[in-house]
Amino acid sequence: MDVTVSILPYLFVLPPLIAAILIMITGNRNPDVREFWTILAGIINFGLVFYVYRRILDGQILESVHFTIVPNVSFFLKIDTTGMIFAGVASLLWIVTSFYSIGYMRAANKINQTGYFASFAMCIFAALGISFAGNLFTLFIFYEVLTIATYPLVIHNREQEHIEAGRKYLAYTLITGQIFLVGIIWLYHLTGTTDFVAGGFIQNVDNPTPFIMIFLLMVIGASAKAGLIPLHGWLPAAMVAPTPVSALLHAVAVVKAGAFVLVRIIGYVFGFDLLASLGVIDYLAWAAAFTIIIASVIAMRQDNLKRRLAFSTIGQLSYIILGLALINEQAFMGALFHIVAHAFMKITLFFCAGAIFINTGYKYISQIHGIGKQMPITMAMFGIASLGISGMPFTVGFISKWNLALGAIAGGNYLYIFVLIASAMLSASYLVTVFVLAFYNKNEEFTEFREVRKDILIPILITGAMSIILGIFPDAGPHFYELAIRSAEIVANGTGG
Amino acid sequence: MRDFFPAFIVIIPMTISLLAPLVGRISKVFLRLLTMFGFFLSVIFSAIVLRETLTVGNVYYNFGNWEAPYGIEYVIDPLGATIAVMVSFIALLIVIYSREFFKDEGWLKNAAYYSLFGLMVTGLLGMTVSGDAFNLYVFLEISSLSTYALIALGGPRGTVAAFKYLLIGTVGASLYLFSVAYLYGITGTLNFADMSERILPLMDSPAMILIVILLFLGLGIKMALFPLHMWLPDAHSYAPYPLSAFMSGVLIKVPAYVMIRYYFFIFDVNHAVLQNVLQIAGILAAIGIVYGSVMAIAQTEFKRMLAYSSVAGIGYVVMGMSMGNAYGMIGAVFHIFNHAFMKVALFFIAGGIKQKFDHIKIDEFKGLLKKMPVSMYSFLILAFSMIGLPPTAGFFSKWYLVNGALQEGLWFFIVVIVVSSVLNAVYFFRIIEFAFLNKEEKERKCKIQSRFELPLSMLMPIVVMTLLVLALGIFNADFVSAILTSVVPEVIK
Amino acid sequence: MINFLSTLIYGLIVVMFLLGFYGIMTKNNLIKKLIAMNIMQISIIFFFITLGLKLDATIPVELPGVVNVDAYINPLPHALMLTAIVVSLSTTGVALALMIRIKNFLNTIEEDEILRRMEE
Repeated sequence: MDVTVSILPYLFVLPPLIAAILIMITGNRNPDVREFWTILAGIINFGLVFYVYRRILDGQILESVHFTIVPNVSFFLKIDTTGMIFAGVASLLWIVTSFYSIGYMRAANKINQTGYFASFAMCIFAALGISFAGNLFTLFIFYEVLTIATYPLVIHNREQEHIEAGRKYLAYTLITGQIFLVGIIWLYHLTGTTDFVAGGFIQNVDNPTPFIMIFLLMVIGASAKAGLIPLHGWLPAAMVAPTPVSALLHAVAVVKAGAFVLVRIIGYVFGFDLLASLGVIDYLAWAAAFTIIIASVIAMRQDNLKRRLAFSTIGQLSYIILGLALINEQAFMGALFHIVAHAFMKITLFFCAGAIFINTGYKYISQIHGIGKQMPITMAMFGIASLGISGMPFTVGFISKWNLALGAIAGGNYLYIFVLIASAMLSASYLVTVFVLAFYNKNEEFTEFREVRKDILIPILITGAMSIILGIFPDAGPHFYELAIRSAEIVANGTGG
Repeated sequence: MRDFFPAFIVIIPMTISLLAPLVGRISKVFLRLLTMFGFFLSVIFSAIVLRETLTVGNVYYNFGNWEAPYGIEYVIDPLGATIAVMVSFIALLIVIYSREFFKDEGWLKNAAYYSLFGLMVTGLLGMTVSGDAFNLYVFLEISSLSTYALIALGGPRGTVAAFKYLLIGTVGASLYLFSVAYLYGITGTLNFADMSERILPLMDSPAMILIVILLFLGLGIKMALFPLHMWLPDAHSYAPYPLSAFMSGVLIKVPAYVMIRYYFFIFDVNHAVLQNVLQIAGILAAIGIVYGSVMAIAQTEFKRMLAYSSVAGIGYVVMGMSMGNAYGMIGAVFHIFNHAFMKVALFFIAGGIKQKFDHIKIDEFKGLLKKMPVSMYSFLILAFSMIGLPPTAGFFSKWYLVNGALQEGLWFFIVVIVVSSVLNAVYFFRIIEFAFLNKEEKERKCKIQSRFELPLSMLMPIVVMTLLVLALGIFNADFVSAILTSVVPEVIK
Repeated sequence: MINFLSTLIYGLIVVMFLLGFYGIMTKNNLIKKLIAMNIMQISIIFFFITLGLKLDATIPVELPGVVNVDAYINPLPHALMLTAIVVSLSTTGVALALMIRIKNFLNTIEEDEILRRMEE
């Protein structure tokens, strides 16, 4: 692995931040200007993904200059394969979501759009920062930025319900953030460093107890954002946010940030060998398996479409956590790719839910039986994504779940395979039914509705199509599959910086 | 000339405050300009002295050319010099900020205010530079007496609060004087340097226990350490706004500095007596942090909420001190600065809201963002710093303190720091919700007209302080390695 | 005898200090509180003066022919206490001024009465 000092990490992270600032300054004067900034920054990031990923695949690591922030600890960014996956997904989906947001927000005629677009850009800034953070300290800074930047989006409509959801969100994330911080400082205290090293940087474990405690503290900090039960409470509550927010943030940026932090903790702080010897990782795996099943069962009982999707998100994120907790190469790779797979599928589902809401004003599944006649394309995409979530072959969901299952077999954990299959069944029953009912039933009242407006439909088509394309050619676009394989290899073998 | 700089730090504000009534009779504008100029000079001189302490070492000045330990000596170490810079700089901003509050008053009140304020600053600066235990007492009383009078400018309630503070404050000063008497009794000297040599063989004597406890109680009252804080909420909330800012930011910090000086630079901190007292101090500080935060949540008035949060703030400082290691000490001193900047700016904002809209209660702040965007965004940054979110300064105080606590294995403290961050989030996000999220219910009556949201004399200090909080956070590595590492006493390095 | 006396004096000083403190805490009338505060301050002044006590010694003015230091008492505590008295005096002055203002505002100097009237 050759480490190159470069300004690319900063170039990558800064466009959303600058966009956020420009939106704040100019946004109130002209709505087109703030959308222009969003799109411009999105295009820059989109271009950077394709410019950078080759170099990363070639085995380069791009590291920014270090900036000492407290004595002995520096702030720096580093683009490596793992970070590239999350950053790539966030960047690609940001631009799609931006187009969708513009259509959605105009159609819904929402208030406070300046704050909305600015916070949105800040969230992407934080997500990129998390993916490129070179050490735990930098990661924590962006992690807290993300917490704060999401808050204005949750409370977007400024009504009592939203404000309460916002309080709940802050309570969960701020408290666990503090716990995470204690873990980081403790680890720094014991090891004197927080810089990520593939395969873990902790050496010389004389006394395992503090490390077990640190691991638990960090997992609490990260899994609150990733929605691991029992720390998931904020996620369904936060579904009161506008749909594009739920789509990008509560299916991609925020919750995936939590999962990604776990990737860093397991793969780059502790490493597989140490975790295996500490013996705490099984608890995490059990918690994840438990979450997968419970979240699916709860999801079946939700009538509110977005809440059902939220519980589905909780369950799907635990796939990632489970994959990480199995601590082997195959499962790790599956978990990483599931970050990509779930992002494309879940964002499609949320986009569809938003399209239905914009068109009909309905939020409940019982209200939309038979909508398929009027909105065939939207519901078809919904169907594809639902099948993907339940792991149908030729969708992107299949690839990640296949690898997760292989990982579980490799680890000899047949219980987890059972969990994976059961959950696939459950997902099929709670998501695919929505799709089936939409086409099967007829509803005469719906004749007035037509397919949703084009600026909303096109993003849905793009993400829906990507869910299939990635399922057939997993290396389409910026080679997420290969990046995941490479990362898993590096982490499992502990080679490279 | 250069040799006199240490003396200038104290003499200039004193001269200003004595001239103030005369100048004030002639013109209020001159009065303000004179005070500003005086404090500006103080900032310059203390900065020069700070530079000297960092490059050359401690700076000494013998008053009236009487050699120490016979005469009164000024000793300025890096810690004292940084505190002096902070005191005089904040004083300068307070003078700038005070304009709106007193411009409609008669010349006498103006003159009295600036004169007394000058005396207060003289006292505080004197406390940071003095190298003599009794001289320090005199400066302590100078600052306290002028504070009592200044609090009384806040109307009937202020006067009652001032009287209450006067009684309690005098008890504190008397306890301090008592311990000085004991110290003098057993060592036969009042000079700090001399005392620190002579006290070492005497550390085991029973009198030491009494001395350390009396010092703790006396200075504890002065810095409002829980449970000796009874005077603080009333005094802070009924005093004029600029003064509340100064009291919360500076007045309660200087006694904390004096305590650090006694415990770590004069006494042998590793001795059992001090260890025990520091342990108790740490526990009280921890309780105080939680108590102050909980009480702050219970308040409906913004200013009173800030006052209770000062009790918590001083708790951080004492907690860091009580850890007795380098991280804890850096955390404590860093928090002295950090808390001073944050609280001063927050009180400034509170004063701005009061002057512009006459709002005191938090639930009157609904939709304030539209009317005062700069102040409210500053408030946001300061609130994040109070909660301790990166990359604001508050986060780094927490970083050092948690590191210090880990080094000593003090889990209790870590829990308290985490809990306090959460409690801070509760009471600051309540205001953020009101100001940023709620809609304006009724038309507000604007009391002052100005080009910006506030007159520049108020807006400028708010912005400067907020930027300082940010800068202190982002560049804290430079600040810590350039200055704070040299303030850590040798014994705990 | 001397030992007993000096112990007695120190004991009395502590009693005096505590009396003052007790008065500040318990008395209802502000003037009484102030008097108690003065008692407390004076106890410390006594303490300092007692520290400077030396038997068989004279005032610290050089006498012809007496060069032995033991023959003079230490003047420093007395000098310090002059300052302390000034401080105490000014504290009393400020306190009295505040009290006059309280009396003007609220027309009473009884503490419970003050609290009651401030509530209104």
